Amino acid sequence: MQAFYGYKDGSGDWFIVIDSDGCDGCGRCVEACPADVLEVGDDEYDPLSEKHCARVKEDERKKIRYTCAPCQPGHGEAPTPCVAACKTRAISHTESWRQSYAKK
Amino acid sequence: MIVAGIDVGGKNVHVVILKDGAIAAQGAAAAGIQKAQAAERLYDEMLRKAGLTQADVGRVVATGSAGKRVAFADACIADAAADARGVNRLFPSTRTVIDVGAEEGRAIKISPDGKVLDFAINEKCAAGTGTFVEAMAIALEISVEEMSTISLKSNKSIPMNAQCAVFGESEVVSLIHQNTEKQDIAKAVHDAIAGRVASVARIVGMEKDIAVIGGMAKNEGFIDSLKKEIGMDIIVPVDPDFVGALGAAESAAKGVLEEKVAAKVVGQEIVEGG
Amino acid sequence: MTEETRKEYWRWPEGSWVNPGIDWQKGTIITAGVDVGSVSSQAVVLVDSELYVFSNTRTGSDSPDSARKALSIAVGETGLTVDNIDYCIGTGYGRVNVPMAQRTITEIACHARGANFMYGPQVRTVMDMGGQDCKAINCDDKGKVLNFMMNDKCAAGTGRGMEVFADLIRVPVWEIGPRSFQIKKEPPMISSTCVVFAKSEVVGLLEKGVPENDIMAAYCAAMAHRIMELLNRLGVHEKFVITGGIAKNEGVVKRLEKELGIKTAEKAWYNPAYKAYPFDTQIAGALGAALFAVAMVSKGKVQSVRKK
Repeated sequence: MQAFYGYKDGSGDWFIVIDSDGCDGCGRCVEACPADVLEVGDDEYDPLSEKHCARVKEDERKKIRYTCAPCQPGHGEAPTPCVAACKTRAISHTESWRQSYAKK
Repeated sequence: MIVAGIDVGGKNVHVVILKDGAIAAQGAAAAGIQKAQAAERLYDEMLRKAGLTQADVGRVVATGSAGKRVAFADACIADAAADARGVNRLFPSTRTVIDVGAEEGRAIKISPDGKVLDFAINEKCAAGTGTFVEAMAIALEISVEEMSTISLKSNKSIPMNAQCAVFGESEVVSLIHQNTEKQDIAKAVHDAIAGRVASVARIVGMEKDIAVIGGMAKNEGFIDSLKKEIGMDIIVPVDPDFVGALGAAESAAKGVLEEKVAAKVVGQEIVEGG
Repeated sequence: MTEETRKEYWRWPEGSWVNPGIDWQKGTIITAGVDVGSVSSQAVVLVDSELYVFSNTRTGSDSPDSARKALSIAVGETGLTVDNIDYCIGTGYGRVNVPMAQRTITEIACHARGANFMYGPQVRTVMDMGGQDCKAINCDDKGKVLNFMMNDKCAAGTGRGMEVFADLIRVPVWEIGPRSFQIKKEPPMISSTCVVFAKSEVVGLLEKGVPENDIMAAYCAAMAHRIMELLNRLGVHEKFVITGGIAKNEGVVKRLEKELGIKTAEKAWYNPAYKAYPFDTQIAGALGAALFAVAMVSKGKVQSVRKK
């Protein structure tokens, strides 16, 4: 299950995407994030399952564009700390950050 | 040489007329719906004030989100370029410019000689602009000036949940219903927008000296919140909302007609030529 | 203008319904779902998984009161009280406080489940627009969430976006849809995404003397476009259904269908036995919550709290 955490407004689509099928709740991304926006908890979207999964903290979702900006998602080759930490490739960012880096 | 700079923004028009480098006249007016006409009317008024006619002016450079509509301008330059030149004239030690207007907010990294090195922009969303503060003032049933004054009296820090001018308004209304003091709400509003503006500025890097311009710079409550948010000193020029027009006039004087600007834009692709 | 008169422009009318064919006293499992939204609240009671009562009411300034009011209006004169309910689940916007609920479940999961019950197992995409949010949900044939995207940060593409507009032109929201089609030619859509800037754009059009119906068409088109962008990001699959208040605004729905090239499913109960029952798109969340309650009680995952 793909969960998009963030928002869309006139300036773009700013979401962290977490694939709950791929996520095993290991918490490495939570440790890696310098802005502390992630947490691991019950799978909120499948109330009948026992699974644990990573998600963006509720208070962080509406400002995610700015909070993620310092890690420069999509800029150059290096992945962001959360993406680098994930062994199952369950976490990623949508395109608007990458699109915002204009070339000279 | 006599030159003019005309900044046609989302809400207001600003005009600066320079005569041999000194300000001969400057003025502002509401841009309204017919921005081109408003710009020309104000320009003519300023010419009269300076005892000049259109024929006396050697070059006119426009800027601003609607700068291109000024048909009689010799050229139109990017907002960032105008801001950079204007600030550089006033405070050449500036390396970071933050410009918050009615409809756009931007942060610009500038060189010692007033060229744009990098910039980030917040547009198409009222939450990071003067419009946000105005909407909250309406909800509080006070003027923006009053809001600025009373916010300085508050020492509370109430975080605002809403990141949108429309939702923010409902949040202010419910804070009022909860009997929160208006001064504390006013401060919360300024803290909220200062947070967003600072986030945009961090994208280009906060290097001193930092100058804040645009209409919002006149709001002392906002400047206070911004200072606390970034933990650094801020230079606010006198008449901060005229700096764009001043920069456009400077550009006219220096004969630079167009600047291609390297952009690091938040939420929009390259912005060229204003 | 008083608060009440102002709100008349954009709040859908309240309502409630009791199923005449059910006697709750003969039921085995009675569950309830209460959905407290930013603008409206709904309550649904199921007796042995069959729809018994529901209500659609206005959310007040107090979340617990709104929950109590929704449930009390739903049960009406039936004599059913909270003490007769085996399990109640709350849902809704933000951190809701539903005092009579034993737990809360996210509205995303509840809307998918509720839409599955209302429209049937062929539903694959649900779009719900509430007062302050917009959700796109893909689900399987059991109403389980496969992926979703929600926007509650930006007023554009939420009920509030329509409210601001209805207030500005002083036309009630139930008239905007039909009137937006009483035009000669479809005008260009409002270009600003931001509701605040769109408002200025509308003022400009009004000052230019553009006919009101045309402006309504332009605004509905812009809203449909925002929703389309959100949906296409996620991927839309048929059967495609819309829940929430916006489903009642044909001006937006028809234009959205056109932009997507997909028709929304007919607003009718999947269960043929429900043919005569009223179909209110706003109850999907509460209904889903009540269904989760049945599943949890009957699977023994939770204890019944029924007192009488």
